[in-house]
Amino acid sequence: MTTETTHNVPTPLDAAAIRADFPVLNQPLEPGEKTLVFLDSAASSQKPAAVLDALNDYYRQYNANIHRGVYKLSEKATAKYEEARHLVAAFINAASPREIVFVRNSTEAINLVAHSWGRRNLKEGDLVVLSVMEHHSNIVPWQLLAEEKGFEIAYIPLTSDVRLDMEAYEQLLRREPKLVSVAHVSNGVGTINDVATIIRQAHEAGAVVLIDGAQSVPHLPIDVQALDCDFLAFSGHKMLGPMGSGALYGKRALLEAMPPFLGGGGMIRKVTLEGSTFADVPARFEAGTPAVGEAIGLGVAVEYLTALGMDRVREHERELTAYALERLREVPAITIYGPQDPELRGGVISFTLGDVHPHDVAAILDSDNVAVRAGHHCNQPLMHHLGVVATTRASFYVYNTLEDVDRLVAGLHAVNRIFGLA
Amino acid sequence: MAEQLYREIILDHYRNPRNKGVLEPADYSYEDTNPLCGDEVRIDLRVKDGIVSEVRFSGRGCAISQASASILTEMIQGKPLEEVKALTKDDLLEELAIPISPARMKCACLSLKVLKAGIYGVPQDED
Repeated sequence: MTTETTHNVPTPLDAAAIRADFPVLNQPLEPGEKTLVFLDSAASSQKPAAVLDALNDYYRQYNANIHRGVYKLSEKATAKYEEARHLVAAFINAASPREIVFVRNSTEAINLVAHSWGRRNLKEGDLVVLSVMEHHSNIVPWQLLAEEKGFEIAYIPLTSDVRLDMEAYEQLLRREPKLVSVAHVSNGVGTINDVATIIRQAHEAGAVVLIDGAQSVPHLPIDVQALDCDFLAFSGHKMLGPMGSGALYGKRALLEAMPPFLGGGGMIRKVTLEGSTFADVPARFEAGTPAVGEAIGLGVAVEYLTALGMDRVREHERELTAYALERLREVPAITIYGPQDPELRGGVISFTLGDVHPHDVAAILDSDNVAVRAGHHCNQPLMHHLGVVATTRASFYVYNTLEDVDRLVAGLHAVNRIFGLA
Repeated sequence: MAEQLYREIILDHYRNPRNKGVLEPADYSYEDTNPLCGDEVRIDLRVKDGIVSEVRFSGRGCAISQASASILTEMIQGKPLEEVKALTKDDLLEELAIPISPARMKCACLSLKVLKAGIYGVPQDED
């Protein structure tokens, strides 16, 4: 794994020092208890003290509703909320903070696009292109809308090493889909999709493109203007931010042409008993009182990641993934899914161990204080493609170390011992 | 803790399940899944003179769910149906004799849930 020298390798992250910033990972241990190895950041990341402090400061010092009060508390809350929007916009290089809509998570972001853009623009006879590796949150909203509108959904098939079949994709584009909506990085097996090509080709075919960035925005440098995606959905809680924080990026012209999603306070211009007119973007899509402190916390998370440097975050995870792939291959009876080349993967490794059920694998790892995910990962069509009902999944982030990988490998040897596989 | 959860009795029933198979026709038959693990269990019963004369289970899933089903079939084979109806979660857990965390309770109790639903013809509350 030392052959690639074409890109500049950034200075490595000091994961051990980063770990000290995360209170969950530094709790006092019971006698005999081992330190927590947290390998489920793809589900939700841990939060650094800076983010927890920001939440605490908001609720203790300036908790107030935003865009309404004329008093100082509300003014400060409003300013900090909008500052967070600027920070998130800069993080993904959006052209304007107006292109950032705060939502609860990626699921809500995709549902917003389906309900607003989709309901307005999709009709019977239209085609929407998804892929077999999508998270259920990028399948079900489109299926629900298709039932109502009668458009067709086609899925980009997968290769045996769980990459998108790009030839099949080009065939689908000949049918001139209205929308292409795919994951940047697979939450199930970690494949990094070539979204730059996907977006360029989709645009040539006249399609609008939504990228599910839930597993990429936390882990890779993202530049929405360079990518030229029309929408990008991501979750704050997977990128060191609070639960209930997330964002939808949308190109301003598209957002401005879209009808509201939820109706209510904060999203109107004028309401009469006969009808209403609506606020400019992004307020049009943020009906009701938002999660103010959580959005502010997401802004702080983005500052934390920016200070680390997203190219260094990527390099750290690439190194962990390469090491883990190497070490895991030593484990008897293991099957690792997805591309074998760490360059093509985010920090997600999905595997099975002989015929041991992934839930049993995870339970035995947990007894050693190694936290992994077991199940279908909201990826049932992908699991069907792999021919399994579930996998065990380990996923990495900035606070994980090579020693964490060693603990995982040791735990898997214990599983093999208990189940008599080796 | 892993060694306590995956004791010999569990691994033995998982590797060498008792009463594995199906009965067709059966007097009572039911199957259900546990969405958490994707565990599947089906239980078929034949009852003669109020006694469970034959029982089979089939399914797939984690060791806890499948061993629990195997153990449950041994508990009810040859027992009066009325006695089987009165079986509780605690009776089954006592027989499993392993520490079950809240996260694994659905795995451990899936077989009993399926058995009760089969006998009563409708899904039963878990508690």
